[in-house]
Amino acid sequence: MTEFTPWASLIGGALIGLSAVLLMAYEGRIAGISGIAGRLLPPYFDDAMLSRLGFVVGLIAAPLLYQLVTGAPVVQTVGSNLPLMAAAGLLVGFGTVWGNGCTSGHGVCGIARLSVRSLVATAVFMLVAIATVFVTRHVIGG
Amino acid sequence: MRFLVNLAIGLVFGVGLVISGMSDPAKVLNFLDLAGTWDPSLAFVMAGAVAVTFVGYRLVWRRPTPIAATRFEVPTRTDIDAGIIVGPAIFGLGWGLSGFCPGPALTAIGLAAPGTLAFVPAMFVGMWAARAAGAWPAPARA
Repeated sequence: MTEFTPWASLIGGALIGLSAVLLMAYEGRIAGISGIAGRLLPPYFDDAMLSRLGFVVGLIAAPLLYQLVTGAPVVQTVGSNLPLMAAAGLLVGFGTVWGNGCTSGHGVCGIARLSVRSLVATAVFMLVAIATVFVTRHVIGG
Repeated sequence: MRFLVNLAIGLVFGVGLVISGMSDPAKVLNFLDLAGTWDPSLAFVMAGAVAVTFVGYRLVWRRPTPIAATRFEVPTRTDIDAGIIVGPAIFGLGWGLSGFCPGPALTAIGLAAPGTLAFVPAMFVGMWAARAAGAWPAPARA
């Protein structure tokens, strides 16, 4: 069980949106995490490399800074089946780059642009993820 | 300077993930678990993020150019090809297995859960493999 947090989630979501708007205003780019992270790898050593690196360092620093400022630990429950987590990582990395985006690039920025491609992509990854959780929790695990 | 501005923007994104609860894969998996311990929070994150981005993008696009770049790099493709189905489907499978999409996975690095440390390197391998597998669909500058 996790607690339903409508207000915290709405406010946190608004911050994610604010970040996407700031990135568009400053860099003129979509805040797609898979696009930004994927271009940290070759052959993308262009002049925007420092920008992407800065964004990712900010992402990584966020929970640590949050803990430091609020004194509250960031609670998370991460799967402990390491081969499964590694396999999931491979799928997420491959699928997001091949599909040109993830939850942020398609799900937030794409839908906000009213892009049909992003709407289709978001529907597909949501439905497949829901089906996957149904199978692992209620067919295999149930 | 550009590095630091992007770091600050990434920090806002990461703090948004933490406050919204999306840094916790358990909360994401519970959103996807419609038949079980459903937690609707993720829908509120998406609503907050899309609303702010929708309005913010339209304000920002009134400027002739971004602050630090010569033009806005916004995806222009509108075709629905196999790539926009298959990529997100592969991503959705990995997302449903782990509860991690790229943003929360990167944000989790510093908290150093073993599952995260198995997931993130594999995600980068997957991203690299998707590029190596050939440009299908052609990598967009997102």
